[in-house]
Amino acid sequence: MYRYDDIDQRLVDERVAQFRDQTQRFLAGALSEDDFRQLRLRNGLYVQRYAPMLRIAIPYGLLSSRQLRKLAGIAQKYDRGYGHFSTRQNLQLNWPKLEEVPEILAELATVEMHAIQTSGNCVRNITADHFAGVARDEIVDSFVWCELVRQWSTFHPEFNYLPRKFKIAINGASVDRVATFVHDIGLHAVKNSADETGFRVIVGGGLGRTPIIGHVIREFLPWPQLLNYLDAILRVYNRYGRRDNLYKARIKILVKERGLEKFRAEVEAEWAHLKDGPATVTEEEIRRIEARFTRPRYEKLVDVDFPAAKTPFAAWMKRNVHPHQQPGYAVVTLSLKKTGVPPGDVTSEQMSRIAQLAEDYSFGELRVTHEQNLVFADVRQAELNSLWQALRELGLATPNIGLLTNIIACPGGDFCSLANAKSIPVAEAIQRRFDDLDYLHDIGELDLNISGCMNACGHHHVGHIGILGVDKNGEEWYQIEIGGNQGETRPGVSAATKATPTALGKVIGPSFARADVPDVIERLIEIYLKRRDSEAERFVDVVRRLGIEPFKIGVYGNPDQRTTDRRRILAAA
Amino acid sequence: MATLIKERRIVEESSRPPELVLLQPSDDPAALVDRIGGIAAITAIAVNFPKFGDGGGYSIARLLRERYGYQGELRAVGEVARDHLHAMAQCGFNVFELRAGEDPEEALKGFGDFSEQYQATTAQPAPLFRRRAGP
Ligand code: SF4
Repeated sequence: MYRYDDIDQRLVDERVAQFRDQTQRFLAGALSEDDFRQLRLRNGLYVQRYAPMLRIAIPYGLLSSRQLRKLAGIAQKYDRGYGHFSTRQNLQLNWPKLEEVPEILAELATVEMHAIQTSGNCVRNITADHFAGVARDEIVDSFVWCELVRQWSTFHPEFNYLPRKFKIAINGASVDRVATFVHDIGLHAVKNSADETGFRVIVGGGLGRTPIIGHVIREFLPWPQLLNYLDAILRVYNRYGRRDNLYKARIKILVKERGLEKFRAEVEAEWAHLKDGPATVTEEEIRRIEARFTRPRYEKLVDVDFPAAKTPFAAWMKRNVHPHQQPGYAVVTLSLKKTGVPPGDVTSEQMSRIAQLAEDYSFGELRVTHEQNLVFADVRQAELNSLWQALRELGLATPNIGLLTNIIACPGGDFCSLANAKSIPVAEAIQRRFDDLDYLHDIGELDLNISGCMNACGHHHVGHIGILGVDKNGEEWYQIEIGGNQGETRPGVSAATKATPTALGKVIGPSFARADVPDVIERLIEIYLKRRDSEAERFVDVVRRLGIEPFKIGVYGNPDQRTTDRRRILAAA
Repeated sequence: MATLIKERRIVEESSRPPELVLLQPSDDPAALVDRIGGIAAITAIAVNFPKFGDGGGYSIARLLRERYGYQGELRAVGEVARDHLHAMAQCGFNVFELRAGEDPEEALKGFGDFSEQYQATTAQPAPLFRRRAGP
């Protein structure tokens, strides 16, 4: 954990006071609904379908046991005793009272937490690698850079009111686990030929209603220039990004409309002025941030031999346990994807128990992943079995990481006022259909993502199978895409052999009623199993090799069949 | 009649000074540099904030101050509310024409919303990390 110094703490406290005042002015009628909206969104407060929703920041997904206990207490005291971990590595409370939000923020501030910039048209929480600091393929510890960028983006006076929200992802390893190509800015740590560290800068990617894969704007940015370059990009965006049309306001549209070359020239021209200026990052600052992070005190251990077996523990080891830099240690994913529980939901009771387990097994820290799971980063291999048993009791040991039932789903129509359709019941119906573990493991790696509308909070465009809720004459229907990919995210897979680029899914055809979705997924899986070369060829690899046509035929019948059907339907109408 | 905050004091103004040059957030401040006499010949510039949530003007202000060395009055006009003042001051504005309905006494408090900031800005060119002592 990065530990606040006096100034970090003071700023968060001042923010609480500021928001308390804004809320009071709103309740007293001195601040209009519209203006207050801008201000409350910057503190993560939405007005949702049934109640307000508060999105609490978990900067780059890193959390201490003490903080998680506080979150458990807050969910208990101000909400209905549970929270929802989102794909943005934040925690959402679905039922707080508006008048109580300043109080919640004050409580959060006591454990160095807040809800700053979790919404609104500003720089949001940085997306980070949940294996930072422990991954074997690490180039830099990305948490240090995330913290640097967090400070730079917090209350940036020039960029507080951008044309639209702005998401930055930082990846410090050779394998990209943060989907840098679908962020407004993606930063990928690299070494140049002189072995100096820098960043490959990717710009203009994003999901939402116009999904676009980002472009490399600079192959190598020396690390001291990081903030200067971010300032340059943001300034060009703040000046020229469109404010006349909500749907054209993201930086991806600016880059597209201007063309990458022109946009790059503008950014580089701006950077030329800022380069080597006062915001140039110093070695000292990097050391200072590093020193403020708590570090696990590893013991000298040796790796434990786990004989292959056909036991539930071995299945969990295979899916939920990942290699660690340190001998004798392992990384463990806690699955929040148990069938029947909305993806990412955790009760206060579970939070408290998880906090305790993190203390007992993983130096009192944990991470939130963008797949809506939790990670214990530093578990002794010798204790894996006892941790597994404890997690099993809590329902957090489902061995499905990377598998079809590890579904990413946005809150959808059950909570979100923008939704076209529900996502949670669809996730559950699919999980029920694929409840046979052997079958699930046989299908192999498969990302299935569900969004309740085209805002794509469930990242459906980059699911190997993506499901999108659509509205058809007031009814909830579901469109299915296949072949999307968030980039290589699995641990322990060598980049050289299996790294797959980010790709957007293609829609297979007309949408389906909710009740039919599990059948369609089953059809897709049957076709995949029939057509794969070997078990090593994943669903998404087969889609890439064969295209979507065989899947389309499998689901809708062949084109002739489809035409005949259509004629028949038309004739009958 | 408009209420201004100028040097942290409340001032009533019956009409805007005639020499005031008004910029929109989409305008290019570089154009002022190319005018006869250059930017030094200008004594007052206003930057418009057409909406509460339109932040284009912040970049214009910093460019005028930091890139083009503009020293004169830099006035924020339009939807200028108490909640913006701290950031506007950081970006180089020194005169604030409050929108109708803002309580000027209350608004003055806005400058004190934050006592510090992380970034390099016009008002504080050294970012916090260059001023922070030790770990
Ligand atoms: S994708 Fe749509 S329905 Fe789902 S959370 Fe986002 S806005 Fe709401």
